[in-house]
Amino acid sequence: MQSIAEKDLGTPARTSAKMVTLTIDDREVVVPAGTSVLRAAALAGIAIPKLCATDQLEAFGSCRLCLVQIAGMKGMPASCTTPVAEGMKVATENKAIADVRRGVMELYISDHPLDCLTCPANGHCELQDMAGVVGLREVRYGYEGANHLKAEKDTSNPYFTFDPSKCIVCSRCVRACDEQQGTFALTIQARGFESKVSASQDDPFMDSECVSCGACVQACPTATLTENSVIEKGQAEHSVITTCAYCGVGCSFRAEMKGEEIVRMVPNKDGHANHGHSCVKGRFAIGYATHPDRIVKPMIRAKISDPWREVSWEEAIGYAAGELKRIQAKYGRDSIGGITSSRCTNEETYLVQKLVRAGFGNNNVDTCARVCHSPTGYGLKNTMGESAGTQAFDSVMQADVIFVIGANPTDGHPVFASQMKRRLRQGARLIVADPRRIDLVHTPHIEADYHLPLRPGTNVAFINSIAHVVVTEGLVKEDFVRERCEWDSFEKWRALVGDPKYSPEAMESVTGVPAAAVRGAARLYATGGNGAIYYGLGVTEHSQGSTMVMGIANLAMATGNIGREGVGVNPLRGQNNVQGSCDMGSFPHEFTAYRHVSDDAVRHSFEAAWGVPLRAEPGLRIPNMFEAALDGDFKALYIEGEDIGQSDPNTQHVTAALSAMECIIVQDLFLNETAKFAHVFLPGSTFLEKDGTFINAERRCSRVRRVMKPKNGYADWEITQLLSNAVGFPMNYRHASEIMDEIARLTPTMSGISFDLLDRLGSVQWPCNAEHPEGTPTMHVGTFVRGKGKFLLTEYVPTNERVNVKYPLILTTGRILSQYNVGAQTRRTPNVQWHDEDRLEIHPHDAEERGVAEGDWVGIASRAGETVMRAQVTDRVQPGVVYCTFHFPDSGANVITTENSDWATNCPEYKVTAVEVTRVSQPSEWQKRFQEFKKTQEALVQPDVFVK
Amino acid sequence: MSGGAHTPGSAEHLVAMANDIGNYFRPQEREEAIAGIANHIKRYWTPRMRQKLTAYLAQGLGGDLDELPRAAIDRLNDQTPAAGNQPAGAAAR
Repeated sequence: MQSIAEKDLGTPARTSAKMVTLTIDDREVVVPAGTSVLRAAALAGIAIPKLCATDQLEAFGSCRLCLVQIAGMKGMPASCTTPVAEGMKVATENKAIADVRRGVMELYISDHPLDCLTCPANGHCELQDMAGVVGLREVRYGYEGANHLKAEKDTSNPYFTFDPSKCIVCSRCVRACDEQQGTFALTIQARGFESKVSASQDDPFMDSECVSCGACVQACPTATLTENSVIEKGQAEHSVITTCAYCGVGCSFRAEMKGEEIVRMVPNKDGHANHGHSCVKGRFAIGYATHPDRIVKPMIRAKISDPWREVSWEEAIGYAAGELKRIQAKYGRDSIGGITSSRCTNEETYLVQKLVRAGFGNNNVDTCARVCHSPTGYGLKNTMGESAGTQAFDSVMQADVIFVIGANPTDGHPVFASQMKRRLRQGARLIVADPRRIDLVHTPHIEADYHLPLRPGTNVAFINSIAHVVVTEGLVKEDFVRERCEWDSFEKWRALVGDPKYSPEAMESVTGVPAAAVRGAARLYATGGNGAIYYGLGVTEHSQGSTMVMGIANLAMATGNIGREGVGVNPLRGQNNVQGSCDMGSFPHEFTAYRHVSDDAVRHSFEAAWGVPLRAEPGLRIPNMFEAALDGDFKALYIEGEDIGQSDPNTQHVTAALSAMECIIVQDLFLNETAKFAHVFLPGSTFLEKDGTFINAERRCSRVRRVMKPKNGYADWEITQLLSNAVGFPMNYRHASEIMDEIARLTPTMSGISFDLLDRLGSVQWPCNAEHPEGTPTMHVGTFVRGKGKFLLTEYVPTNERVNVKYPLILTTGRILSQYNVGAQTRRTPNVQWHDEDRLEIHPHDAEERGVAEGDWVGIASRAGETVMRAQVTDRVQPGVVYCTFHFPDSGANVITTENSDWATNCPEYKVTAVEVTRVSQPSEWQKRFQEFKKTQEALVQPDVFVK
Repeated sequence: MSGGAHTPGSAEHLVAMANDIGNYFRPQEREEAIAGIANHIKRYWTPRMRQKLTAYLAQGLGGDLDELPRAAIDRLNDQTPAAGNQPAGAAAR
């Protein structure tokens, strides 16, 4: 069922510059060439009846309702499949057309339940609408014949119901799964009267290949596929456009509401990042906002062994501020700090770093990007001049060669992956460099030209070998390099990667990738047309993460793949606002827009705005905070929306550091792993309960809009403001828009951004300022941000984390579609039905050597610690490599990861941990302690603090 | 890198971090490399981290600090003025 608030124009828009003039029912209509007659009529305000057509999908022409008559054309062509032509004369209504349409509707209704008044689609059903529009008064066939009215419902999916008795076999759902999602899970089984929608091999949806994106549900014109929330609650009465709080795609949604209750989330057709599509998380997994685990009352305690005491906001804030002041007075100004959130809005993140810099008087502020894309910021800033990706998502539709390195977009960025798959089905070529055979390598109608399964930890050796091919086989775009880049830096880089030691043949024994495949991939990327690189944490979470990012940038510059659509360097930022939190100055060494704290002019501008002197020296990064805590120098932390107790590496080290502090203030929705070590719990708000903005992976700033009162009483930014006032640094914002206005005043690359602009344009990609008043989809056009692009030397330095006899396997980690990061939200939704525990993927050869079978409990031991998971035996991983997700705290994935980190940013080397795997019969010692600690801590919380 | 067998938080850990930075800059010309390492440490390490490493080296320890980062630390110490007044935070006022 489509959104209550959107109009459907029948077929997709066309963007031709050539315009066509035609006449529809005596009205002159001018539309782009390629537009269907159906859409042209809709744009002119003429609603031609339709059922199988929708503007989210290509025309299909099956329902035969949208027939028209066109002068000079025989019969009654379907207006959805007929493109406009210059001078065309169309009649949309006459008796002959009306008779045919009524006849079509008679057939549909002869095999359709007549329970409209109790149907969940009542009043919003396109079949019902069309029956009214065509003037259907009788069904001459009667209802006694064979029919599908007793077809059984499929309620296997927790989020929607499939009721085939209401199906009109319009194929919209099948086409949505094909065109929009690209999973091809649905088909029309059989023919004629026997035709029916079938998931996979006529399986229940839950057992099929369906990924529960909901595109079919949204496309369905009847109640055949309906959200369970609509069945339970009825239809919404108003909608509010907001932005998803899950991944870095930043899908735009309409929150459809009844009063302050959400009925459903429907992807916004005009969403600039997602164009009306979504995944299972954004569309369906919002129940965490009202989960019984959610805490909505402030709590304090003196020691973590004490029970929590529910207190008023005033007391909680006063206690927190008092502790911060006491600790600074006793241990020094640098003894406290803050961690901003990549889950919260830009405005909220900005306030936390402002509180730390101006309120605490130091620069001890950091954000979760430390552990994911901080190397992106470092590497791209130093090569090209800006700490962000270069393109918009839509740029992929102009790519000829798509090079995916260390990313798994179908799981981590599913809506963007659907768009990428659409381009691949159009014929773009695909190179995947990943230790695992990710889904993208071989998916319906898509086969990677090259899958390069490199060994974890050898990225730089690999990228240098690709570059070796480019520089030694004459594939450099020399004109581009001479004009746009520092030539002397290029020459030095060329000499380095051109060295025979980096030939694919020499590197094969290091990377494990056959030389011929490397040569083929390099040639394809360099000569196959527009080459676009997309990369993820498989690039950054390494000891040479920053070096690898530089290597990618070098390659893109050398091949001229920068500065226009279809190319570029595209970091797939993981979280909804991780880009934004970095942009907002969350790093200890940078103000907003990545300007160093030592830059006098920049610092003075903030001093003038904030009214206090500011430090010119960098502060502590998160890993340094832990070290300083264990040294006894760092004693208090204000943490907004981050769960470092679960997400950071070497869990035992992290919890030891947390235990060493005297005051941990956690602002969050749930009692997470970090909160179990906290002394103040400030209940946070969800994205549904506040106004603000997020910035996604393509630098796109979009509005987050409040749709209900915060259940905890305050938006997160209001809580930070309360704390700031309590520690003595005044903040007086009345609305989140005032915070954005301040950000814009102080940040030249965002000086044009305001809530008003976002209301007008929908979203905007920074830089957005006088020079680019409507934003900047493509960066480095004509010139790099730093002027000339700089090639940086990328010598391969092997990681210290080596396999040996004791730890002969390499563990790497990643995400799965249905769960999100540490799982705090998705574990509290029915998404657990798809993935209810982290599992260890192990190759059949390695499993057999160890006597491990599918589903066995296995101990995974590293130099850092040991944990236990269930085994999944699969050849998606290569021999010698094991893989696990990290969504469940009790699986202890980070008990075994180490403190090895990127040389430049300390981004942890999550992707390379030497381990051994053995069959076990009980949990690890850590897991036993974890369960006991968890039970103890949960018992210390009074029941009244939870949401009712 | 940056961890390995060293105790996090210890000066040895800082030595390892400095060596890792040095490994990145090593392919460059010597003077450029020293300047690069020094600049990186100045931009990203807190003053306390630099002081800690300097004090460690002053005790004659840190023998496994490589030559390039050692030269960079020396250069930074030559450039850094004595610690002066720093702005007070609101919480400490």
